[in-house]
Amino acid sequence: MQLNELKVVEFIEMVRKKKISVEQVINDIFLHIDRIDQKLNAYLSTNKEGALQEARKIDRMVKEGEKLPPLAGLPVAVKDIICTKGIETTCASRILQGFIPPYDATVIKKIKDAGAIIIGKTNMDEFGMGSSNENSAYQITLNPWDTNRVPGGSSGGSAVAVAADEALAALGTDTGGSVRLPASFCGVVGMKPTYGRVSRYGVIAYASSLDQVGTLTKSVSDAALMMNIICGYDEKDSTSAKIAVPDFLTSCQGNISNLKFGVPKEYFEKGLNAEVKEAVLKAIEKIADLGGKIEEVSLPNMQYALPAYYLIGMAEASSNLAKFDGIQYGLRIDENNDLEDMYKKTRTAGFGSEVIRRIMLGTYALSSGYYDAYYLKAQKVRTLIKKDFDEVFKKIDLILCPTSPIPAFKIGEKIDDPLTMYLTDAYTMPVNLAGLPGLSINCDFTKNDNLPIGLQIIGRAFEEDKILRTAYNFETHFSSSDFKKPEIQV
Amino acid sequence: MVERMITEKDVEYVAKLAKLELDEEQKKIFLEQLNDILSYFTKLNELNTENVEPTSHVLYLNNTFHEDIPEPSLSQKTVMSLTGHNKNGYFRVPKIL
Repeated sequence: MQLNELKVVEFIEMVRKKKISVEQVINDIFLHIDRIDQKLNAYLSTNKEGALQEARKIDRMVKEGEKLPPLAGLPVAVKDIICTKGIETTCASRILQGFIPPYDATVIKKIKDAGAIIIGKTNMDEFGMGSSNENSAYQITLNPWDTNRVPGGSSGGSAVAVAADEALAALGTDTGGSVRLPASFCGVVGMKPTYGRVSRYGVIAYASSLDQVGTLTKSVSDAALMMNIICGYDEKDSTSAKIAVPDFLTSCQGNISNLKFGVPKEYFEKGLNAEVKEAVLKAIEKIADLGGKIEEVSLPNMQYALPAYYLIGMAEASSNLAKFDGIQYGLRIDENNDLEDMYKKTRTAGFGSEVIRRIMLGTYALSSGYYDAYYLKAQKVRTLIKKDFDEVFKKIDLILCPTSPIPAFKIGEKIDDPLTMYLTDAYTMPVNLAGLPGLSINCDFTKNDNLPIGLQIIGRAFEEDKILRTAYNFETHFSSSDFKKPEIQV
Repeated sequence: MVERMITEKDVEYVAKLAKLELDEEQKKIFLEQLNDILSYFTKLNELNTENVEPTSHVLYLNNTFHEDIPEPSLSQKTVMSLTGHNKNGYFRVPKIL
């Protein structure tokens, strides 16, 4: 076994027992990245020298018997939408090319204080807008299970970095499924915490009322460990929640026989791939075998969630992205020494077509005469979606459903038809509208193409502990031979 | 919701509001795509939302206040170094008048 294949929990233990040095692990990771990332394109930039320096620091601490922080030496990949001090942060957009943040996002400060080491910044759909990573201005990340297919988006680079052992864990962001969808397509664990659980300070905003930082890991315990570090109130984020954070690793323990699960019938109607359906129903049976009580539930307004989600997301995006004007940082195109002309030329050259599409639609939905018809209407529908979840959660503790209606699709298959691409988020974005936590865990593979299939577990707000306990029980139910790894042809 | 979808004039108007400059080809593509997407959005009209309050935010949050204690912030030099377009501690912009 190569050291880059370690899980977070194993790594932490081996460093503490002095079985490995952090420098060795970092070296193994970069050897592996050098070998396979020219094929997979998971990283936009890497931080080898900085990472090695940090590694040596931690190794010295181990040698001198100093008290180690909880994630001491852990190699983490970070989605390029999260500000990292001194490391270029582009959101995979031309408009931020060369932007080197002078500060760390709170979530970066937290993982650094916990001893984690940033390996590099991962590719994504520009500003988080997309479900396939094809909307990156720089490169297309490939799915390690089938390099003709997309890794899912928008945190595709983070999911691939973890699935292909190019990092031990990764951070992503999830606005409508951007952590869970790529986790599902790449066969890793993707955890999207409750809105407000993790600080968004320093996370470049796409849709402020929906965005949330999440984790991509090789196991549920790894997700719990990362969650222990990244969650918690931050006075720098006014939407951050002042709610105590439990020890998620402890809350994984224990059985699930006192938990009630709901299976929403709307998630199993037309549009769901037959193999995905079969795999998820089998997984639900497994959870019943483990003691979970299962019942059918209904989320009657689910078919209206997608248009409401896109309207709200686009409206917030058009407002958030207005700040990219070429003046204080990033790209500037100034051909005619005219202010208005500079704004327009910079923004048109700096944004990709999906970003422009969303800014246009969002601007339209917020414009005079259309606000009530589109934006306000979408916000009212959001209330109905949230009420659907509230009703269901009076009867049950957790929802079980597919993460995505389909497994990973082929590169180029949907990129020319934005509306078809949007439908990929159908099963994940209702969770963001309601601000709930959700997790995707691999539950099987398709028969012919050997593509991962994700089971989604959704919980009440701030009940990530129950989600993680369920996922942990589900994961330990598998035998180790079920944990397949992608075979990557270089 | 209004049934009227958008025209090329609307595309131009919205681009102007969003400070974007679309060429003829882009205008044509966006006109078609935006119409498709907007007509899909009219699905929301099937729902009666007359007595429904809008949700702009899912959490019950109050304004947060804290003591006004001065702390060090980023230096002017650091902030200015993010762009090459500066002079004497000011951002340089094209002429406005």
